[in-house]
Amino acid sequence: MTSLRIFFIGGLTAYRGLINWLSPWIFVPTLVVSPIFQILLFVYIGRSAGVQSDEFFVIGNAVQYASIPCLFSMTHVIEGERYQQTLAYILVSPAGRLPLFLGRALPVIVNAWVVSVFSLLVTGLLVGIDVPLSAWPAIALVILVASFSCTGLGLICAAIGLRVRQTAVLDNVIFGLLLVFTGANVPIDEFPGWMQAISDRIPLTHGIEAARDVAEGASLADVSGLIATEFTIGIVYTVVGYLALRVMEYASRQRASIQIA
Amino acid sequence: MNALRLIGVGWLFQFKQLSRSAFDSFLAVLWPLFFATIAFFMFRQGGDPDSLIYAGLGAAVMGIWTATSVAAGSALQRERWYGTLEILVAAPAHFSLILIPIGLATASIGVYCMVTTLLWGRVLFGIDFPVEEPLALAVAIPATLLSIGALGFLIAVAFARYRYSWALGSMMEYPIWLICGFLVPLTLLPDWVPPISWSLAPTWGMNAIREASTGGTPLPDIAMCFALGAAYVTIGVLLTNSVLRAARANASLSLT
Repeated sequence: MTSLRIFFIGGLTAYRGLINWLSPWIFVPTLVVSPIFQILLFVYIGRSAGVQSDEFFVIGNAVQYASIPCLFSMTHVIEGERYQQTLAYILVSPAGRLPLFLGRALPVIVNAWVVSVFSLLVTGLLVGIDVPLSAWPAIALVILVASFSCTGLGLICAAIGLRVRQTAVLDNVIFGLLLVFTGANVPIDEFPGWMQAISDRIPLTHGIEAARDVAEGASLADVSGLIATEFTIGIVYTVVGYLALRVMEYASRQRASIQIA
Repeated sequence: MNALRLIGVGWLFQFKQLSRSAFDSFLAVLWPLFFATIAFFMFRQGGDPDSLIYAGLGAAVMGIWTATSVAAGSALQRERWYGTLEILVAAPAHFSLILIPIGLATASIGVYCMVTTLLWGRVLFGIDFPVEEPLALAVAIPATLLSIGALGFLIAVAFARYRYSWALGSMMEYPIWLICGFLVPLTLLPDWVPPISWSLAPTWGMNAIREASTGGTPLPDIAMCFALGAAYVTIGVLLTNSVLRAARANASLSLT
């Protein structure tokens, strides 16, 4: 029962307390306006280069933009404790680490899902993509799985944030790598083999492919393999992230560096 | 003379400071490379070698704007964090002489981005960038930097009362990339967009660099860069007076 309380209430409290991006003065510019313009940018580059359809870029970038909340919020919801001078208190508490860390991931996933779906809807209307109404629930589900998967990567970034100061740089670099490697804008088969190998093993790639397939008329059953792969990747990254957090916590204790990184 | 010296020393100080920030230098250089890589893949897929050169030059100039938008947008907020804003405002020199070097320094970081992106395109994608008019290019690049720096100064002043100015600066990155013709010709955009683009110096800077590189007529574009840069500085100075007057009257400079 305590673990459940820490997971749900503790996670939400920590999220609301630490993520100042929830302020509309940050939320609107970064999580409402920016994704729309990122999508429009690539739609127009695509038209200029004469490659792919508008739908390809709208779906690819909308799903990929879920990575901004996943990476930045997940990192900050743990690393931010240091800036608040509360990290030591959190780590010295007897609370179970699993609900403590993973509870903070739940609001992150919800936020990422909202940002992604909203930008998909708005730019879909602006650009005029043709996605059947019946496909939207399945697309929403795919985005939810993709958001979970990418939050696992965010958990790894959070662990690194316990040892590294420049996490904003780290998160931006990972966002950029995801933009290139997930196939949000370039079909994966256009990449050289080594890039394709990376694409297959990172979050969002399979989610983006599944969302595009569903928009093209595939059923959930048709893309169940892609969704399962995306989910499995999410599980792997979450487990690695959680273990990394424990290792970093242990190392911080050993080096007496919890508050100073 | 004192004003020029202050701008020169201020630029050098800010440039050195930004160069040592991982966020403002390393990331500013790396960030446009992700977009350049995607653009190179997309235009290569399109199969037109000329459009690849078009994209390469555009991606190179994108970096100047990247370096400017966030860093200039958050310039005053940064001084607030350092605890130096009130001291700078109270200094005998006009506050715009403190801010102009910040805008210029952020744009100057863009030189790193530009060189890196051109090398990236040459080495990894085999793009052979032409230099048809080297003299004009040698003028077009500084003109672009100066005019974007002036725009950075205007942004810094305009966002003075905004606590989360970095978010606004960050928000301006994609729209300017889109509407200033870096990777997308203005003719592809809706009819109401180009008039906005023409009021923005990056549009003319981009044109000037392209024209000088591929052998066109860059001089009118260079002239527009200087004209718009001068306009931005004039508006910025007037705005500085107004912003500072309001901040003093309301005791709101620190936004605490």
